[in-house]
Amino acid sequence: MKSSDAISARDLRKSFFVTERESGVGAALASLVRRRREEVTAVAGISFTLKPGEIVGFLGPNGAGKTTTLKMLSGLLHPSGGEVSVLGHVPWKREKAFLRQITLVMGQRNQLVWDIPAADSFELNRAIYRIPGSDFRSTVGELTELLELGPLLRKPVRNLSLGERMKCELAAALLHRPQVVFLDEPTIGLDVTMQRRIRGFIAQYNQRFGATVLLTSHYMADVEALCRRVIVIHHGRLLFDGELATLVDRFTAHKTIVVKLEDEQTDLRAYGEVISRQEGAVTLRVPREQTPRVTGRILADLPVIDLTVEDPPIEEVIERVFAGEAS
Amino acid sequence: MTGVQDVYRQQFKTTLASFIQYRASIFIWTIDRILEPLIYLVVWSAVARAAGGRVGGFDTSQFAAYFIVMMLVTQVTYTWVMYEYEYKIRHGSLSFALLRPIHPIHTDLVDNISSKLITLPLMLPAAAVLVALFKPAFSPPLWAAALFVPALLLAFAVKFVVEWTLALSAFWTTRVSAVNQAYFVAALFLSGQMAPLSLLPHWLQVAASLLPFRWMISFPVELLLGRLTVAQAVTGLGAQAAWLLLGLLLLRTVWRAGVRVYSAVGA
Repeated sequence: MKSSDAISARDLRKSFFVTERESGVGAALASLVRRRREEVTAVAGISFTLKPGEIVGFLGPNGAGKTTTLKMLSGLLHPSGGEVSVLGHVPWKREKAFLRQITLVMGQRNQLVWDIPAADSFELNRAIYRIPGSDFRSTVGELTELLELGPLLRKPVRNLSLGERMKCELAAALLHRPQVVFLDEPTIGLDVTMQRRIRGFIAQYNQRFGATVLLTSHYMADVEALCRRVIVIHHGRLLFDGELATLVDRFTAHKTIVVKLEDEQTDLRAYGEVISRQEGAVTLRVPREQTPRVTGRILADLPVIDLTVEDPPIEEVIERVFAGEAS
Repeated sequence: MTGVQDVYRQQFKTTLASFIQYRASIFIWTIDRILEPLIYLVVWSAVARAAGGRVGGFDTSQFAAYFIVMMLVTQVTYTWVMYEYEYKIRHGSLSFALLRPIHPIHTDLVDNISSKLITLPLMLPAAAVLVALFKPAFSPPLWAAALFVPALLLAFAVKFVVEWTLALSAFWTTRVSAVNQAYFVAALFLSGQMAPLSLLPHWLQVAASLLPFRWMISFPVELLLGRLTVAQAVTGLGAQAAWLLLGLLLLRTVWRAGVRVYSAVGA
């Protein structure tokens, strides 16, 4: 690990023991005598580093080990093996100096006190994190402006909508201006507009405070908008670490060419696999490396009205990565 | 203002604001704490009258004194942490607490003290009414009245520390309610809540004194009722201090072990 890294994980592992038994009364009785414990590996040795100020998307299907990794990085879970360092601290020791510099936001859990206005929870966080009064006021002012919190802060949290609550959760988690921000599904369950707003806010927070952000999300729009770099894990193993564009290149063997011709009946099968034919536009699937040549031929051979070359949607790419369809 | 004081002040405001949202429940819980000793008082007074005016050194007005003081001591010493930790651990809210740069016991302590302050205005008039109705008789010597204050505070400290530590059993078992039930039944008898300890069989009295129970509730009541000698009072304060120290040591050890388990099996 270089001392300039904000986050560094080397061969990070985590396994859990779970007791299991067959269904049925007999098995239940048997489990009283002898419990069968099985070791389940959630994270099977992953290594990566993040530089200060980076925003990295952490991708993987459900159960891939994303949340477990975030919990190890934030200090909630003790790794079963490997090394991890965040801002030079060993997270699981949870030293106060470390905790004051990080935050973990989980889209499915709340830290705000349910029955009182968020502004009151903010005050409590101010005291807990020992934020000087003037810093606190200016941060609250900034976050209120960025997230358009205004009137929300004075309503009891339970009266807020899911999106409004998430905005307040984010603000509460960032009052102490953490240098490292772990976001676990921050936009889950939110409508498209609210997702976009949260996304915009994360980008602004990152720019304004130079914070390092590690984000998991099932919404590829979040990842495309925020992260140049992504880390993909599956079954607890690292599948890819690099630029999102490279991921697309590496894991998609094909591109799609959408052609609109003067003569809608023209047979295009000689140029590639025809996927669809709609309203005069034909969609072709073409091996990636042949795309320039095929495009050239179509343009030379046929009376083209319109032609576009596209990468498959990012969701499809990710699906292929998970399916191990790399080519 | 120091950092910790600031946290306590803010936590107090937060708890107060939350409680105001639940005033009906708070009211009912407080009524509960008034009714329980009242029922024992009525029952034991009836028993005393049937036995010709006295049972085990208590006449009706002494029973009245015992249970009214008991009610006030309970108000100062009650906690509900044992009910909370199972929820906190299973629903993951403890995770947020662990990621804050402050020990979670602070929050619980302020929460607890706040609730006592909030319900005190209900408790004191209730006590006054009971005094008027039941005419309790007790005249503690001045020294006993003076020692009552530290004894009461120590009783609360011991009870809080012991119950907070027991609450941590939720780190290991999902059957916390069984642990709670066993504890509360033992406490009901051995801390003198249901009957003065002097009415119990000798071996139970010994058990109550060897375990922390007597020192969590009964001891300050006995003290204020003037039923202890100076030597017994001093020994009692010593026992409280010893249990507090032992409790704190246990708390520290159990907390560390519990958090280790929590962070090993999934927070």
